[in-house]
Amino acid sequence: MNEKNRQQERQQEKIRNFSIIAHIDHGKSTLADRILEHTGALSDREMQDQFLDSMDLERERGITIKLQSVRLPYKAKDGQDYILNLIDTPGHVDFTYEVSRSLAACEGALLVVDAAQGVEAQTMANVYLALDNDLEILPVINKIDLPSADPERVRQEIEDLIGLDASEAVLASAKSGIGIEEILEQVVTQVPAPAGDSTAPLKAMIYDSLYDAYKGVITYIRVVDGSIKKGQKVRMMATGKEFEVTEVGVFAPRPMAREELAVGEVGFMVASIKNVKDTRVGDTITDANRPAEEPLAGYRRINPMVFCGMYPVDSSDYDDLREALEKLELNDSSLRYEPETSGALGFGFRCGFLGLLHMEIIQERIEREYNIPLITTAPSVVYNVYKTDGEVISIENPTHMPPSQQVEYVEEPYVKASIMVPNDFVGTVMELCQSKRGEYVDMRYLDANRVNIVYQLPLAEIVYDFFDQLKSGTKGYASFDYEMIGYKTSKLVKMDILLNGEPVDALSFIVHHDKAYYRGRLFVEKLKELIPRQMFEVPIQATIGNKVVARETIRAQRKNVLAKCYGGDISRKRKLLEKQKEGKKRMKAVGNVEVPQEAFMAVLQMDDSKK
Amino acid sequence: MNNVSPRSIYIHIPFCSHKCHYCDFTAYVVGGQPVDEYLDALEREMAWTVAEIPPEEIETIFIGGGTPTVLDVKQMERLLTAIRRYFPFWSDEIEYTIEANPGTTEKEKLEVMLAGGINRISFGAQTFRPDLLANIGRVHSVSDIGRSVETARAVGIHNISLDLMFGLPKQTVADMEEAIREGVALAPEHFSVYSLKVEEGTVFHAKLLQGKLPLPSEEDELMMYQLTRERLQAAGYSQYEISNFARPGKESKHNSTYWKNNPYYGLGAGAHGYARGVRHVNVKGVGEYIRRCEKGRPIAETLDVTRMEAMENEMILGLRLEEGVHEGRFRERFDVALAVVFGDVLATLEKKDLLQKEMGRWSLTEKGLLFGNDVFSAFLGEGVDHVVGR
Repeated sequence: MNEKNRQQERQQEKIRNFSIIAHIDHGKSTLADRILEHTGALSDREMQDQFLDSMDLERERGITIKLQSVRLPYKAKDGQDYILNLIDTPGHVDFTYEVSRSLAACEGALLVVDAAQGVEAQTMANVYLALDNDLEILPVINKIDLPSADPERVRQEIEDLIGLDASEAVLASAKSGIGIEEILEQVVTQVPAPAGDSTAPLKAMIYDSLYDAYKGVITYIRVVDGSIKKGQKVRMMATGKEFEVTEVGVFAPRPMAREELAVGEVGFMVASIKNVKDTRVGDTITDANRPAEEPLAGYRRINPMVFCGMYPVDSSDYDDLREALEKLELNDSSLRYEPETSGALGFGFRCGFLGLLHMEIIQERIEREYNIPLITTAPSVVYNVYKTDGEVISIENPTHMPPSQQVEYVEEPYVKASIMVPNDFVGTVMELCQSKRGEYVDMRYLDANRVNIVYQLPLAEIVYDFFDQLKSGTKGYASFDYEMIGYKTSKLVKMDILLNGEPVDALSFIVHHDKAYYRGRLFVEKLKELIPRQMFEVPIQATIGNKVVARETIRAQRKNVLAKCYGGDISRKRKLLEKQKEGKKRMKAVGNVEVPQEAFMAVLQMDDSKK
Repeated sequence: MNNVSPRSIYIHIPFCSHKCHYCDFTAYVVGGQPVDEYLDALEREMAWTVAEIPPEEIETIFIGGGTPTVLDVKQMERLLTAIRRYFPFWSDEIEYTIEANPGTTEKEKLEVMLAGGINRISFGAQTFRPDLLANIGRVHSVSDIGRSVETARAVGIHNISLDLMFGLPKQTVADMEEAIREGVALAPEHFSVYSLKVEEGTVFHAKLLQGKLPLPSEEDELMMYQLTRERLQAAGYSQYEISNFARPGKESKHNSTYWKNNPYYGLGAGAHGYARGVRHVNVKGVGEYIRRCEKGRPIAETLDVTRMEAMENEMILGLRLEEGVHEGRFRERFDVALAVVFGDVLATLEKKDLLQKEMGRWSLTEKGLLFGNDVFSAFLGEGVDHVVGR
């Protein structure tokens, strides 16, 4: 072993790669801030609350969408200098795969549990992901200074529910800065240094990437074996694409270029990559001239789960919308879109997302950052349709469902959902799952107070209003997590909606046969509520095939005129008229009926519980 | 057009004996109010105003409120004298109107008004059922209406307008029919008939929010409007504007100034004016108004009306009139053809049967009359101006 390698090894021993896992609201971001502060990675002046959540939207919603990592120098109590790499994880079930990859970049994880709330379903799900990746898990009981804190109960919960030894769990309050040093000491002493062979061919795992207008794609990587440096020719093992590295570096926490990233290190790579799709999360980067034999385990191609149509309210915004999607796609390898045409809405795009949150985020960014008012159709899942002629088609848009006589059967995606609730709500939750076509799997009492209920549910039902109903039905106490388990045959039919006798393709939806009448009725009632009265009577019909299953009528508006208008009033009247006109702009003329934006999402607002 | 001085004057008297439940105008209950100081200030405002915008021959004056007739005889005389001093050139055909509540015009005051030049009175009758009057917070009685009209005529004021309202709480179609019959029996020269609009900050708005305002159904309201149109036209009053009806030649010249988008002086607290391409609104509070008039015009806000806005207003206001908007007058005023500026909007509205064109003028259809707001708002932001160097 030469001197360089020995030095390398000494360095490697001082690296600790870890992340923080927590249920939303349990204080992950605040803890990350305190750690940054404590290690002096950020000066007070730079300190901006919740540094890691860098998008406005993330900070507003308190969730993490884009991953970040920070390199923190830390002088431990043993007198040695360590390099701590804190890798952030996204905080939502839509991004489970990204969570698993960022955890795979670590050797350890802090498990933050709220001292009052205790273990939640999402906590469990993330712990299992961490355990799958063989991480050392260090429990932290946070918010111990809350009046309702009960650290001992929570400690017991962590042991009973998760099966972790919590005897050394740090009692902390990230908000008040209690326990931060102790946490860092535990990271140093408990989290193993990265293994990995500095002399083996390069293997670096991509855990995220983002597009930069000047540098191209910036890839966030963890070097598992070997090293990566500027000028090196690298190959992406899943896509086979090759690039020359133009820059490597670390986040300290601002990006800082380095000569090389050695084994065990976490940082970024830039290689004039034009498209984030070439840097897939989970893929392995290797040396093009001396490639590794096998890629790292765990790579998975992820497919969008939820689709919806996005149309500009003003059809002249179409090109701008396409540009916005192109730009967003640069940064979001899981966003998919392709042009589609709707009879009712004109030209737009069918877009695919990882889940509902992902969809909302993209919608919001288009409206906010690109300033394009949108009409979004209700989200749909992907159905597999087995036709009588033997053909099998995947349907992302309900409109494309073939006529029933051509359909042999239809499959829809199912998830396994875990719902954790206090005892009192078991009945409510089971009833809800049952009403959402759920199939009971399991129920387990976690302790005297709490129950974990497992159901298989059609993804489509979750896409509807499951979250909201679960939240309201359990007064916000339920926590919820799910994973995809595959497709199952269901008795599904397409519901068409006619406005003023004309079918409106963008309002069609797919519904389970047994619920079709009920949902059809609910839907036309909702539309009646949402569509303003027009100068003429507008019948609304819900049909399956040629059969009308529900009907409502929007009465005609009889008059709409300002009685008085004198000179002095003109400014005020103009404002009134402008407001009226503004309202109209948010509407789409479907045939001769003015339909407001919300109507296209109305299918999500039907409350099944009001039976 | 921007250099001509207005030929119309609006003067606001913001005092009332009592505030009505639907009123959101600048109006203060008169007891304890500094009425004389207000009149002092009003004179100063006239002085500041004519210094800036010298008066030409005046064709219409309108004293509104509030209730201008709460001024006592002396105050009234003083006000009218001041108006004449600052605006001395009058057309022979001047229309000089004052608003009055029935029961506030005793003979002596009427004589002062007549001597001051007033030749038209607009009485706020509103309705002819005592309980409905009480409901809306009016303090006059049904018999006050007829008596006031009679006294005015006896004194020599022969141009009388009556204000009526429909869509009032608990009002029925039959009530409205009755009100029109009673109104027509008094044979005024002019009617203004408004539907109640519940504005924010009024007693009615508060009641509406509490669900305690039993307004008639939209269907009934529509019937009241159509009934009004039918009955008044049958009685010889033609509908020359959405809410206004007149015997031939007795259309309100002053209000037509507004609808024809012509300039006018606006004086008094909260008053609006439009002169030389600028709209302004005065400060609202009486105290503030009085203070501000010490030092200049008491303007709260001014708005430069852009050429495009002026063209939009021309449509929004002009289409309220039965005669509508003349293509020739539009071209004369803006030096561009109406069809160039609003061709697309006009075509769309014509297709929807909301507008019609006849002999070079555009006007509302029967349907357009009911959906005026849809028509007016259609013009906003839709004009195309082809004039170079505007």
